[in-house]
Amino acid sequence: METLWFMFVAVMVAAYVVLDGFDLGAGAIYLAAGKTADERRKILRAIGPVWDGNEVWLIAAGGTLYFAFPLLYASSFSGFYLPLMMVLWLLMLRGIGIELRAHMENPVWVGFFDLIFCVSSVLLAVFFGAALGNVVRGVPLGADGYFFEPLWTNFRVGTNTGILDWYTVLTGVIALVTLTAHGSLYVAVKTDGELNLRTRNVALWAWPLQLTLTIVGLIATCYVQPTVLDNYKQHVVGFLIPVIVFGSLGAMIYSIRKGLDKLAFVGSALYIVGMLVGAAFALYPVVLPASTDPVHRSLTIYNTAAGRHGLTVGLAWWIPGMILALGYFTLLFRMFRGKVRLEGEGY
Amino acid sequence: MDSALLVHRIHFAFTITFHYLFPQLTMGLAPLIVVLKTIALRRKNEVYHQAARFWARIFGINFVLGVVTGIPMEFQFGTNWSHFSRFAGGVIGQTLAMEGVFAFFLESAFLGLFLYGEKRLSPRAHWCSAVAVFLGSWLSGFFIIVTDAWMQHPVGFVGAADGSVQLSSFWELVLNPWAWWQYAHNMSGAVITGAFVMASVGAFYLLWGKFQDYGRIFVRVGVTAGLIFSVLQLFPTGDGQGRMIAQHQPVTLAAMEALFVSQSGAPLVIIGQPNVEERKIDNPIEVPSALSFLTYRAWKADVQGLDAFPRDMWPENVALLYYSYHIMVGLGTIFIAISVVAALLLWRGKLFSSRWMLWILLLALPFPYIANTAGWMTAELGRQPWLVYGLMRTADGYSKQVSAGNGIFTLLGFLGMYTVLGILFLFLVRREIEQGPAAEVSSGH
Repeated sequence: METLWFMFVAVMVAAYVVLDGFDLGAGAIYLAAGKTADERRKILRAIGPVWDGNEVWLIAAGGTLYFAFPLLYASSFSGFYLPLMMVLWLLMLRGIGIELRAHMENPVWVGFFDLIFCVSSVLLAVFFGAALGNVVRGVPLGADGYFFEPLWTNFRVGTNTGILDWYTVLTGVIALVTLTAHGSLYVAVKTDGELNLRTRNVALWAWPLQLTLTIVGLIATCYVQPTVLDNYKQHVVGFLIPVIVFGSLGAMIYSIRKGLDKLAFVGSALYIVGMLVGAAFALYPVVLPASTDPVHRSLTIYNTAAGRHGLTVGLAWWIPGMILALGYFTLLFRMFRGKVRLEGEGY
Repeated sequence: MDSALLVHRIHFAFTITFHYLFPQLTMGLAPLIVVLKTIALRRKNEVYHQAARFWARIFGINFVLGVVTGIPMEFQFGTNWSHFSRFAGGVIGQTLAMEGVFAFFLESAFLGLFLYGEKRLSPRAHWCSAVAVFLGSWLSGFFIIVTDAWMQHPVGFVGAADGSVQLSSFWELVLNPWAWWQYAHNMSGAVITGAFVMASVGAFYLLWGKFQDYGRIFVRVGVTAGLIFSVLQLFPTGDGQGRMIAQHQPVTLAAMEALFVSQSGAPLVIIGQPNVEERKIDNPIEVPSALSFLTYRAWKADVQGLDAFPRDMWPENVALLYYSYHIMVGLGTIFIAISVVAALLLWRGKLFSSRWMLWILLLALPFPYIANTAGWMTAELGRQPWLVYGLMRTADGYSKQVSAGNGIFTLLGFLGMYTVLGILFLFLVRREIEQGPAAEVSSGH
């Protein structure tokens, strides 16, 4: 039962990163790729009707995590107090940047909100990557299951870590590059003409960086948290995951060169899912490793889960609820399918 | 009081109070927009369509503010109240997760269609998206109320070996009688906000002499909904909520009324300042025996005063609780009076030319917000000193590992951020109102 809910939460987190990832990425390239006012409006229009729905995956994933693993939620949210509060502020700035920009007429204020949107998107991508890095690297958990990390200490990994050290900065950069490519490909799918070519080019230039960082990231992870290999050694089927990761990288470069934007976007989505599933597979059944005493203090799906009865009841509403949600999203993306046009309603 | 505890309490109180300014209008306007859309569809009336579009624009701005200030609420359960989450997550995790899965997906997906998809959808499909947004916002409110009602009156749980509580009956949790009274009372309060805001904007247009067709529609719909729901707010919803408190939190009732001494035929204090040190009311104006009657339907009934309970069971801030409650009830009474007079004038066909009444409607705008805020303060201050009534004290629920210094840092951050958000909101809404419903679709939409 705990394993099932671990998979459900992982699926929701992956859905969040794939979906909100493309609008974060679109935000990150926004100022560079959108040269004219019309191009910027096109980018905003490409994400406008869907970004809020994408962000709901974060809320729903958080809610499901709270429901299934309350102790994990309590421990990690209070331990990552400062970066999470900053994520909240960035999410706020970004939300008003996207939505309220459209209500501004003065070019000075439009420019101001453009900048807010772009900067907050970049920082969020880095924060989310660093967050994942923290979870993989482990945190200084106390015997009571709690910890508190300052923003940084000495930038070294070990037992006296801050949120940021060389490893989590690295994972933050990987996330930024990955989402930049992901967002560029989404904008490429949704637009034509100059903007389409330019965003495809961003993805083309990002690709070698993404490949290098993936390899560096894998090596660094094995160095920082050697236990990640245990599950792979025990279940050789796990090695399919890196095959998928590199396969999708290959598919990306092939389809970007051929101008097959949709295929490239799917490849990028698959790459993200592969990376996240790879991390989840490596950690399972641990959900937050303790750097202090990995064997006894690590939080696992078993010592953090809610009661059995509650988890069973949850199946009865979570599954139909998610089927409904998938239905809404299919409808939403279908209604706004195709390349964006500037005439007509919205943004 | 431990200073970190105080910081975490103020942190939550401030962010939730500011947040709820927005959802109350979201939940209050959504059904009124459905009413406008329905009339537009039935009568094939373009003015009503345009009126609905105008309110959809206001709704959109308001919704964004509600979303961005709402995310911190879910986060704070973990960041600032981790011991509470660890204790109660096995129960209230159910409703909080259900809110995300059922309400937020519905609301956000269809809001995109409702705000930006009118030209892509048939009129009927567009109407359906408005209904879906309405349902989503009201479902969201339901799950939050069930969560709060469980903290007020915990049901459907068992204690676990590790000291936490776990769900034992899903239906007891969802069918908690406290939740249903509180939901009815809260949603009716939200519609009062929506109705008074709509009537206020309508009155503004009529007094201004611009967009008068729209002004009349807004005043008519606003006053009608305002009358219905300000009556429902008192009876049966307010009455039912009050009897829940009398039954399950008698000490809270005593503190709300500042009844220091148990007595039969207890009076109802209308005005007066509670003097907790001397345990009396200063400058009281009272209705004799009224409290006994309202609570137990008998003029001579015994009502327990604060002296019937040990001091450490009292809500900590009796005076603030008393004022919150009295402000809520006082404003609720005024809303009924305003609505009745305005509805009578409307019925006689004189409202649109009665400038004095239009001025009252215009200036009434902030008061439903104050009443709703005071109502929530009554509920949450009244629950003290408990975080989960009878099970966990507030002092045991906060994140002990997050220091007061870190809490103050983020509290200051939120104060600054919310000041900016509030100014932006007022600026943008004022601009939409001044541009009016008939203006060409603004560059934004």
